[in-house]
Amino acid sequence: MELPPNISGYRIAGATGDFEVVIGMEVHAQVTSKSKLFSGAATEFGAEPNAQVSLVDAAMPGMLPTINRECVRQAVRTGLALGAEINRFSVFDRKNYFYADLPQGYQISQFKHPVVGEGTIVIDLGEGKHKDVGVERIHLEQDAGKSMHDQHPDLTFVDLNRSGVALMEIVSKPHLNSPDEAGAYLTKLRTILRYIGSCDGNMEQGSMRADVNVSVRREGEPLGTRCEIKNVNSIRFVRQAIEVEARRQIDVIEAGGSVDQETRLFDPVKGETRSMRSKEEAHDYRYFPDPDLLPLEFDDGFIDAARDSLPELPDDKRARLVSTLGLSDYNASVLVAEKESADYFEALLAALADRGADTSKLAQKAANWVIGDLFGALNKAGKSITETPVGVDAGAQLLMLIDEGTISGRIAKDVFEIMFETGDSPAKIVEEKGLKQVSDTGEIEAIIDQVIAENPGQLAQYRDGKTKLQGFFVGQVMKATGGKANPAMVNQLLKPKLDG
Amino acid sequence: MTDLTKFTIAEARDGLRKGDITSRELTEAHIAAIEAADVLNAYIVKTPEKALAMADAADARVKAGDAPAMAGIPIGIKDLFATEGVRTTACSHILDGFEPAYESTVTQNLWDAGAVMLGKLNMDEFAMGSSNENSYYGPVKNPWRAEGSNEHFVPGGSSGGSVASVAAYTAMGATASDTGGSIRQPASFTGTVGVKPTYGRCSRYGMVAFASSLDQAGPVTRTVRDAAIMLEAMTGYDPKDSTSINREVPNFEAALTGDIRGKTIGIPKEYRLDETPEDILKLWDQGIGWLKDAGANVVDVSLPHTKYALPTYYIVAPAEASSNLARYDGVRYGLRDVPQGGNLTDMYETTRGHGFGDEVKRRVLMGTYVLSAGYYDAYYLKAQRVRQLIAKDFRDAFESVDALLTPTAPSAAFAFGSKSNDPIAMYLNDVFTVPASLAGLPGASVPAGLSADGLPLGLQVLTPAFDEMTLFTICGVLEEAAAFTAKPDAWWTA
Amino acid sequence: MSNINEDTVARIARLARLKLEPEQLAPMATELTSILDWVEQLGEVDTDGIEPMASPVDAKLVWRDDAVSDGNIQDKVLKNAPRREYGFFAVPKVIE
Repeated sequence: MELPPNISGYRIAGATGDFEVVIGMEVHAQVTSKSKLFSGAATEFGAEPNAQVSLVDAAMPGMLPTINRECVRQAVRTGLALGAEINRFSVFDRKNYFYADLPQGYQISQFKHPVVGEGTIVIDLGEGKHKDVGVERIHLEQDAGKSMHDQHPDLTFVDLNRSGVALMEIVSKPHLNSPDEAGAYLTKLRTILRYIGSCDGNMEQGSMRADVNVSVRREGEPLGTRCEIKNVNSIRFVRQAIEVEARRQIDVIEAGGSVDQETRLFDPVKGETRSMRSKEEAHDYRYFPDPDLLPLEFDDGFIDAARDSLPELPDDKRARLVSTLGLSDYNASVLVAEKESADYFEALLAALADRGADTSKLAQKAANWVIGDLFGALNKAGKSITETPVGVDAGAQLLMLIDEGTISGRIAKDVFEIMFETGDSPAKIVEEKGLKQVSDTGEIEAIIDQVIAENPGQLAQYRDGKTKLQGFFVGQVMKATGGKANPAMVNQLLKPKLDG
Repeated sequence: MTDLTKFTIAEARDGLRKGDITSRELTEAHIAAIEAADVLNAYIVKTPEKALAMADAADARVKAGDAPAMAGIPIGIKDLFATEGVRTTACSHILDGFEPAYESTVTQNLWDAGAVMLGKLNMDEFAMGSSNENSYYGPVKNPWRAEGSNEHFVPGGSSGGSVASVAAYTAMGATASDTGGSIRQPASFTGTVGVKPTYGRCSRYGMVAFASSLDQAGPVTRTVRDAAIMLEAMTGYDPKDSTSINREVPNFEAALTGDIRGKTIGIPKEYRLDETPEDILKLWDQGIGWLKDAGANVVDVSLPHTKYALPTYYIVAPAEASSNLARYDGVRYGLRDVPQGGNLTDMYETTRGHGFGDEVKRRVLMGTYVLSAGYYDAYYLKAQRVRQLIAKDFRDAFESVDALLTPTAPSAAFAFGSKSNDPIAMYLNDVFTVPASLAGLPGASVPAGLSADGLPLGLQVLTPAFDEMTLFTICGVLEEAAAFTAKPDAWWTA
Repeated sequence: MSNINEDTVARIARLARLKLEPEQLAPMATELTSILDWVEQLGEVDTDGIEPMASPVDAKLVWRDDAVSDGNIQDKVLKNAPRREYGFFAVPKVIE
């Protein structure tokens, strides 16, 4: 198989030389839908055990699946968002195996003919670097129920609430070469899914889980035997799991052994992967077309409607922010990383425009404020952008106060702090605390004269040629005005007086 | 006094509408007949109280002027159909005590049409069998015996209880299901009419699955008209079954015109097997004569892949069954058998090992094998391709003919145990019924005569998909021409 | 000619989670072998270029709308359970 170049250059040093890591991901993403893939039971998280279960989900005798239109639509939208080939004809197959939380004794999935074919995800590697990662396919399948092994000394408890919930399995090509790339892949995929709303991307609740295929090889050698690490449920664990698994494989190889192709489980507490061979024995899934369902078919009209329903995708949005608003690539990338951040920023620009501001001029400043001040404060407070106490309107007001020269950038930081704490409007804070910038020439000149008079030594040095001392005088003036003096005006008025 | 159990559905319907009889009278007569026929072992669950309540409701309905075709008609239900609150086991040990919290669409349709449930009928376990010897509840005895003999015969299968109850006048009609011949072959063995409609006509929702791409419900009755009436009540599009077809249900009874002039009937030469008994071939020829006499053109046709239908079926059906039966695992319902200290896998293996009978095990293993890695292409995929050719044979034939006439089964009813040790010999019972099942076509068996031993024999009519109207027209003509009036002597009441 | 031996029967039985007693393996192997020999006559049929037929229905899948129309029937779901605990199905402990 032809793989793209390993641009990150990530290597793991073994005792006998460096090893390259080759990673592919199978991400299971829960499709956003009210009801399950093949039944009308609800999909909401956190219900009483077996409450969101229909007789179909419980695989009662004679029960039959009927497919949810919305799940098909979301899979197609996801495919389109990844620039993937959409298959107008696909087939549901049964994957046969026994497990307590798999009521039918098979999972309805898509094996030979998935609904979505090859696509691409562009991952961001920092410093403006990007990499194209191939997507092999996306197919629709049912989730299983949940087994709980720790509730009773002799029994396992089975809850079928998740049984039958729609999943998209998004299978990447083995195009990833480092834990960072794997992390960036998951991050980007999650961003895209959340932008288009086909999955909520909530990894804590299990809406997104990854099976990670890891192999190692010495440079130039053919692909090594891979191990699949099942069900990793956070981006951090994905990185850790890859690191320890790659290290383990290298140790095996360097000890003269060979890696067995197997399924492994990552234990984040022990920081190791371990074999699940016991559960693996004799897997032979006996896929065959589900005779309870007919082929899944749709026309171009359906695909077109799905395409029309897509919002601007993160890569497009980033490009637009850079090209039309002049944002730096870094700022643009940060803003688009979360749909909510991008939404906030765009709403902020709209609010500024409503106030008559020239947004092409203010965009960069607005971006700096959102990323620096707002994100900083949110981060410190442990809040997300959706929980911000400083809304779009308040933010726009604040930026306008700076732009109009009502307050200085320095004062704005204080005002923002109070806004963040109290939720008050910036105008009110500025008014009440008397923080309005001093732009009255006479008032500033009077203060300058006073400062010069109080510092005769510094003045003499300045006039002897130490002109850098202008900064000292500016500082003194600002201090005397409580930071409210308009800094541009101070500089403008100070220079002739110092020069004499 | 008239024996109410001897009425046909059509007669009872008309009597009920006219107020000559009540459903309660009809139902009571049948409950008594069932009690007297225990030796047949046709009913495995009797629901007399439910029956009487339903009969009273039907009487009230009829009185109020709302008398749909099946209103007040007492029928039996093959145990494959889920009946809410009434034990449903598909005659398998593994479904011990299972009481569904739901009703199958086919039975619900019948209840909506006013039918009365007498009980659940015996069958081969999971509808796997051709003799009803594979039931956890024991075999059903055929109401017919050979002339001058006391030996018991099988009723055919898998719908053995359905046909026996109808032949023995313990139900006016019965639901049945046909995967490879399970309606038509037992109908032939018991002198009853059995109709398998086009795949997709009857909803499979709530019908315990054997082989999903083949299973289709249908009625067993004593007359063609009754079958038309009952089938019409059973069918209809059901959004709960993705393989159900959204088509208008015609008035099947209106097909019974007796007029087949100008129709062309094909006689498939591949159905003329060397080993077919003389009496069956003779009956077939008679049938051809009857249709000719009624003004039909009869022509020879060829269905070249006929001999491959059974082997195809015995790959496809077990493959689907092996997967359909995976849900019987002891976790959520039915039998659970855990050896002392056993783990989950032990529970699965023991439950399934004890819960399934031999034939079911054989087919589950066969199906697992043909789907397993390395064999899928050679067996399963190959069979699916041959299935396509078999379906094409029929399509080609129906280019030039309106229907096909064949024997229903290659023999009359046989003695218990005579074929149960040779699976393939048993499978050959379905040689004439399986091809149409694979193609999803409608077919019916009409009693047409007696074997040399005095056992009933049926003739099978097959028509193109969704042409049940032609099917009923031709069956009606055959029925009238055959004038099959023989009845089993009621030895079971003795 | 296929030849299913006892090991193969044991392997398939394991896949199908069917307990067979040791003495059942040999007869089952013989029966399955004879059935497979019989079905292998399909090898005579030329199926080149023939589409596999998965269903007699020549139609496309009908979709249902996304609405919560089912569930909230815990009692019905658990009604026939051989063992239930606190609203869960309970099975012998699974060691992972």
